[in-house]
Amino acid sequence: MYWEALRRAHDEELANDPMVIVMGEDIGVAGGTYKATSGLYQKYGEARVIDTPISENGYTGLGIGASFLGVRPIIEIMSVNFAWLAMDQMFNTAAKVRYMSGGQLQAPVVIRSPGGTAHQLGSQHSARMEKVFMGIAGLRVVTPSNPRQAYGMLKSAVRCNDPVFINEHELMYNMKGEVPDEEYFHPLEGSEVVRPGRDVTLFGYNISVHWCLQAAGELAQHGIEAEVVDLFALSPLDRAGIRDSVSRTHRAVIVEEAEPAVGVGAEVMAIINEECFFELDAAPARVSALNVPIPYNHGLEKAALPNPQAVVAVVRKMFGV
Amino acid sequence: MKDADKKRLLREMLFARRFEERCYEAYVERSIGGFLHLYPGEEACAFGVLEAAQVGHDYVITSYRDHVHAIKSGSDPKEVMAELFARETGVSKGRGGSMHIFDVKHRFMGGYALVGGPFPLAAGIAKGIQMQGGNEICICFLGDAANNQGTFHESLNMAKLWNLPVLYVCENNLYGIGTRIDRSTAVLDQYQRVSGYNIPSAQEDGQDVELVYKAATKAIKHVRSGKGPYFLELMTYRYRGHSMSDSNAYRAKKEERMWSGRDPVIMLRDRLIKDGKLTLNEYKQMDTEILDEIEGEVIRFATESPEPDVAEVEKYVLAENDPWVRGGVAS
Repeated sequence: MYWEALRRAHDEELANDPMVIVMGEDIGVAGGTYKATSGLYQKYGEARVIDTPISENGYTGLGIGASFLGVRPIIEIMSVNFAWLAMDQMFNTAAKVRYMSGGQLQAPVVIRSPGGTAHQLGSQHSARMEKVFMGIAGLRVVTPSNPRQAYGMLKSAVRCNDPVFINEHELMYNMKGEVPDEEYFHPLEGSEVVRPGRDVTLFGYNISVHWCLQAAGELAQHGIEAEVVDLFALSPLDRAGIRDSVSRTHRAVIVEEAEPAVGVGAEVMAIINEECFFELDAAPARVSALNVPIPYNHGLEKAALPNPQAVVAVVRKMFGV
Repeated sequence: MKDADKKRLLREMLFARRFEERCYEAYVERSIGGFLHLYPGEEACAFGVLEAAQVGHDYVITSYRDHVHAIKSGSDPKEVMAELFARETGVSKGRGGSMHIFDVKHRFMGGYALVGGPFPLAAGIAKGIQMQGGNEICICFLGDAANNQGTFHESLNMAKLWNLPVLYVCENNLYGIGTRIDRSTAVLDQYQRVSGYNIPSAQEDGQDVELVYKAATKAIKHVRSGKGPYFLELMTYRYRGHSMSDSNAYRAKKEERMWSGRDPVIMLRDRLIKDGKLTLNEYKQMDTEILDEIEGEVIRFATESPEPDVAEVEKYVLAENDPWVRGGVAS
């Protein structure tokens, strides 16, 4: 499962390098809200698996300061909504310190946090923040759509010398999937064609990859062969991968769980415009959430969010079938 | 403190004073851009504390008013001035500017422009020291107004919780930009505020470098011995506005006169003269030498240094050629 993949990556990296530490709320004695660090406090001790006070900006800054001396902190922020509070240290320090010191300092921290909407968590526990993080120079953003990526990305992120934000998902921790038995490091740049197709490219990331795959299955019944591309790296985005796929299919739909403004869809559309506008047979489209705070009521919540049926509808309209 | 050390400190402090005054002129001449925050009036704080520390061994971090802390930490004044002049030879290669002086080879971990930003970074550096098992400490200099940020409380709590080797030095110059402390802060004595975190603290006259040195020696001994954090408040005053864009119209002339009568450079000078260790002529000679050095070496180096190559504008954003970006595969 996804959480077990994360736990294994934490365990292996803690064992590999004594300078790796894990920090966050309830990650030690309690084992983590999503169990990603369960048992590691007992194995590595309180100096390396650190239960922090509820001080997101403070402990994120503390981790960043420690990283200046070669410590490799993995910082868990319990919910991406709380990561808003840590943006000062993430953006003002981690993302900029290499540059403004002329390359003298670096902040090799990993910040992982579940984003996305779950079930009726309300407006303040349903933020989708990837669009904010991916707009900041100096910060890498990746978002694993399956357990294999969750495992391999965390391991690469710990060893990478840049600050990496890993955008996970509240609903995906119990997702099942293959993880290699041998040690595996996933790239932090690029994209992956998870279903080849010739008629249209569906771009997804994190949970929306699964909506795209479901939609592609349904579209096949209508005679439309959709290619699904997993944009597992949101910053930097894979310009070449986007161009290559659209050059094959000549049509593009971007599926994002967030509100449309200034988001992944907008950015991918801009890249398509810049890279392969004359390959297009139709105007690119995006399937996004409505521009509302996420409601508590189940029906309202569902209405605010995209789903595979919405993807199918947009593609069918594109083809007039 | 030995007389020779006092005389050396006087020279260092006078150098810092003249350096900052020359920055003012260079700013007016437009050789320095951006925001510029100057240190005159507060010299005894940085010099007293860092005289008691092991510079180059202990880590130092501070705010945007950072030139003098860097120089006392071991930075070459020429490279600091070159940074202000935005040159490739600057300590931060012209990418940082006045508010972002970094000189990591001397363990000067930078100047940061967000008020209160360095509080948790300092605690983190101390965590790194703790993990490496060394006897260094981290010294964090910030102003009184930074204590009204959340990072102050969050960091003090964690520093004490984990007994981190960090000395927080509060340079209380009585103003947060243009707002006097009693109009922004419910508790005027800053050293009292940390008692809420069970951290030992003291308040000292920040204009008398010998008193600062004594208080810092005690504070540093505490931190280095493994007893955890310490908070030292130094009562001081800045003679210029918050930055060059500050009209400095918010302070009473009477107050300014009172503090200029307690000038840290002049107080040390007069004490040495009174004790028969220095003559006024020697002091004037020293001053002339310093002015010559600043003009002939520091300003000259900065002026003659090249600017960064525009082709390198995207350098230092991310690590170069990091194999883990490709999943550990070499390119």
